[in-house]
Amino acid sequence: MTPPRRTRRYPRHEPTPPPKPAKEGEEKNPERLYVVAGAAEDGARAALDLVTLIVARAEAPPSATPEQAAVLRLCTAPLSVAELSAYLSLPFSAMTVLITELLTAELVQARAPIVRQAVPDRSLLEAVMHGLQRL
Amino acid sequence: MDFNGSDTIPGPRTEDHLPHTAQAAAKIVIVGGFGVGKTTMVGSVSEIRPLTTEETMTQAGVGVDDNYGSETKTATTVAMDFGRISITDQLVLYLFGTPGQQRFWFLWNGLFEGALGAVVLVDTRRLEVSFDVIGRLEERGVPFVVAINSFPDAPRYPIPQLRTALDLTEDIPMVECDVRRRASSRDVLLTLMRFLHSLTMTGSLT
Ligand SMILES: Nc1nc2c(ncn2[C@@H]2O[C@H](COP(=O)(O)OP(=O)(O)OP(=O)(O)O)[C@@H](O)[C@H]2O)c(=O)[nH]1
Ligand SMILES: [Mg+2]
Repeated sequence: MTPPRRTRRYPRHEPTPPPKPAKEGEEKNPERLYVVAGAAEDGARAALDLVTLIVARAEAPPSATPEQAAVLRLCTAPLSVAELSAYLSLPFSAMTVLITELLTAELVQARAPIVRQAVPDRSLLEAVMHGLQRL
Repeated sequence: MDFNGSDTIPGPRTEDHLPHTAQAAAKIVIVGGFGVGKTTMVGSVSEIRPLTTEETMTQAGVGVDDNYGSETKTATTVAMDFGRISITDQLVLYLFGTPGQQRFWFLWNGLFEGALGAVVLVDTRRLEVSFDVIGRLEERGVPFVVAINSFPDAPRYPIPQLRTALDLTEDIPMVECDVRRRASSRDVLLTLMRFLHSLTMTGSLT
């Protein structure tokens, strides 16, 4: 018996740049494939990823909405946007709006994710391999 | 949901808290057809009980008459199972399993672009359901490995025959696995990491 057959496809265009480029002005290190993406610099909408880690910087002020207070209670320890979305049963995009408000109010800190880049970071991959080997 | 009662909001168990030293997280995506074992794989390696996140996707309808301005939009909710592995005190890895209609996964901005790489889970009983997703990964230059989840009643093909059927180049790793076993799922992830590492040597990522 022979299995059905597929035909290979090829990159359509230049690989899409990663969603969160490194901070402007930051030195470009050609050795790095996976960089820690730049955090939102101003109050403008932060490019939040599913795995951006959110940490509370303060307790909820009296002015906080119930939703904001819920986030602040949940992320006393670092928690990804995906986990917050799961625990609060909010879709990802609604979650990012809520977190952006909290970032603007400086009530939470965002720790940017490591994303795939065009040029490699071997040490990161090695760290992940060592970590997995201990599982 | 009701956000007013603090007791009603579920959250991580104390033992599931990440340390404050956790600096950054990376993600890996697990793709494959219905019932191929994506959720099982996430669950078998995750340190937390797998969770679900969702997003509403809108896509412009493929209209026959090009009526600008009155384009039909279709909305679909995409839900993903995910799990977590703490790599070090600073580094966390998340695994996302994507069910449902494959074309919608690719509308989730940043899901594949930001991922370190992908695992394509394949069931040899329905090899063709993985064709489209493999093609989309290729088009987007997302590095991936193929894991053949060995179901007992599935036809068994030698790997070279599967490689030919899937039209994969020699460099793309193909491994057999039983994702119900943690060690087997971990080995699949290690295969992906070694592959990504090898790409850094040849400098031919994407
Ligand atoms: N024999 C065998 N059974 C498996 C394996 N992996 C998963 N299963 C079983 O296959 C069934 C489907 O697995 P799931 O993990 O739910 O598959 P899924 O890809 O998440 O499915 P959908 O989300 O519905 O697309 C479950 O009953 C699993 O126990 C495997 O490696 N070997
Ligand atoms: Mg599933």
